[in-house]
Amino acid sequence: MRKDKEKMQDLEEKIKDTQGAPAPEHLLELTGIVKRFYIGQPNELEILHGIDLRVSAGQFVSIVGASGSGKTTLMNLIGLLDRPTEGKYVINGIDIDDADDNDLSYIRNQEIGFVFQTYNLVPKTNALKNVELPMLYAHMPAKQRREKAERLLELVGMSDRMKHMPEELSGGQKQRVAIARALANDPSILLADEPTGALDSVTGRQVMDLFHELHERGTTILLITHSTELSDETERIVSIRDGMITGEHAGAGRGPKEG
Amino acid sequence: MLLAENIRMAFTSLLANKSRALLTMLGIIIGIASVIAIMTVGNSLSSSVSSEMQSVGANNISVYLDVREAEKDDREDGVSFGGLPTGKITEDDFITAEMLQELVREYPDLIETISLNGAQIGSGAIEQGKKTFAVSVEGISSGYLEANPIHIVAGQSFGEREFEEARRVCLIEDKLAKKLFGEDPAQAIGRTVTVKTYDRVLEFGVSGVYENAQGQVFSFGSEASYTCYVPLSASNEITHNKSYTHFDVVTKLGVDANDATRKIKEFMNGYYRTNDRVTVDAFNMKDVAGSLEKMMSSITMGISIIAGIALLVGGIGVMNIMLVSVTERTREIGTRKALGATNASIRIQFITESMIICLIGGAIGVALGIAGGSLAAKAMEFPARPTLSSILGSLLFSLAIGVFFGFYPANKAAKMNPIEALRYE
Repeated sequence: MRKDKEKMQDLEEKIKDTQGAPAPEHLLELTGIVKRFYIGQPNELEILHGIDLRVSAGQFVSIVGASGSGKTTLMNLIGLLDRPTEGKYVINGIDIDDADDNDLSYIRNQEIGFVFQTYNLVPKTNALKNVELPMLYAHMPAKQRREKAERLLELVGMSDRMKHMPEELSGGQKQRVAIARALANDPSILLADEPTGALDSVTGRQVMDLFHELHERGTTILLITHSTELSDETERIVSIRDGMITGEHAGAGRGPKEG
Repeated sequence: MLLAENIRMAFTSLLANKSRALLTMLGIIIGIASVIAIMTVGNSLSSSVSSEMQSVGANNISVYLDVREAEKDDREDGVSFGGLPTGKITEDDFITAEMLQELVREYPDLIETISLNGAQIGSGAIEQGKKTFAVSVEGISSGYLEANPIHIVAGQSFGEREFEEARRVCLIEDKLAKKLFGEDPAQAIGRTVTVKTYDRVLEFGVSGVYENAQGQVFSFGSEASYTCYVPLSASNEITHNKSYTHFDVVTKLGVDANDATRKIKEFMNGYYRTNDRVTVDAFNMKDVAGSLEKMMSSITMGISIIAGIALLVGGIGVMNIMLVSVTERTREIGTRKALGATNASIRIQFITESMIICLIGGAIGVALGIAGGSLAAKAMEFPARPTLSSILGSLLFSLAIGVFFGFYPANKAAKMNPIEALRYE
């Protein structure tokens, strides 16, 4: 445990160093990323064939592709849940080639906020405790953790349901809690994988509005979706097909606001 | 900080599956409860045995006649009762008063006194109105009173004159005195009791009332008959007897009982060197206490091994349920990893959970064990003595079971691939 903590402090300093230096030009830098899966010796499956992608701080980017295009694999790589077979990936100035598994856990904890299609709230744990989780793994003191979790739940409009269990929340409410949780450690980037996929159009709209709001506050968001309707709302649209980036264009920006 | 959180999460998960958690604990509960119960009973038994030994007198040496091994082999049943196979020992073989005098002269530094009660008048009955009380009349030497835990509660014990003049007086037990002469034992003093044996009618004046301080361990069945002590000289006169099959030696303070036992046995055997049927044997209470304790500890050991097997099975149960729990919570594990949990923190989370299961089981087991052990000790009329060390030991041991059997499932959780875990349905 102690060793863990020391290691984290080292890394924290590393991150601070990179922060102290002139901010990296790009928050995410993917260069020539290739991902292959080995399914038995002669068969190997190349899902990504050399992806180059740069994302700057504060951008709201969407990655659009049909299922099987490799966008989920790409998201797993960006989210540090997996490592590329080839290529270089630098996040907020840290080259993940230099990081071991524990470092990856720490970077994930500090730099990335996940929003999943199926919310993935921890069951039998109330909204507040769910939001506290990433801060718990960052060894934040209990009082601070709680205050911040309350603030974040307020931000996503869930202050009146802090003590509710996930089972007692609607889909949209769950996703709001999940977004609050994703923001817990002030990550560099919010990684949202089909965040409205399991929601009806009205609540989906509300979640998208929340993303726009966060974007306006300066949060960098990477939205992975198959829906061009959603991606059109973002600043920048990257299309992916058969493991290759096939094109990129600016989006229309914020969609119609309800009410 | 994380530890507290881990414990909280463990409780959350246990409370979510209460009956499952309880069933899982059952193995641990049974194992720990039986260990504690056995230890409680064993402890109270051995401590009351040793305190009993103290009261009987660890310094007493029993010396008795025994049939030689060669003779024993000829016997068909080969079993001797109480080490006194009197059938083979004739009156010619008996220990005489002269021998005892010689013995005391030889070892004045070792021997405080010699206690004799070889001359039993035997069992008889005291009749009072329609009631009959069974008694046994025993002749005792002056040393007997010192060697045995007989406390006079009223009247007085035998003095030198009673022995010298072979007076027909007796000491009766307080319980008998109560039944014969009323609540106050002092009322019995000076009264006369009439004992009818199968061939005699004897009258004794009550000179004292004693309380039997001997504990329950060595006096099973004492309720059936009361013992009346009379001076040895009186009983010898009645039975025309002057020799004995056994006697007790009270050693002086600070004398090594084992050493004294060996010396006395050697000396007494000097008289029986030429006797090809009878020999002298001796033992002291320390020996008896030692062998009793040895027996107790091997019984405890044996049952502890069985309890250990129960704990092992319980531990496997814990491991099994933890594996189920890990599988059920695969998505949660994936989520936690995505949120920044390291493998180590996932591992610790699940090991904590398994430790909590085992600790709660252990605590319930300790409580049940103490209750059961105390009940059993009470039933056997010993003071219950659960020891702190056995309680702490059991709790630590259950924690160790938690770590040991929790490690494999926890490690399985820690090593999960987060992508697959998140995708798990």
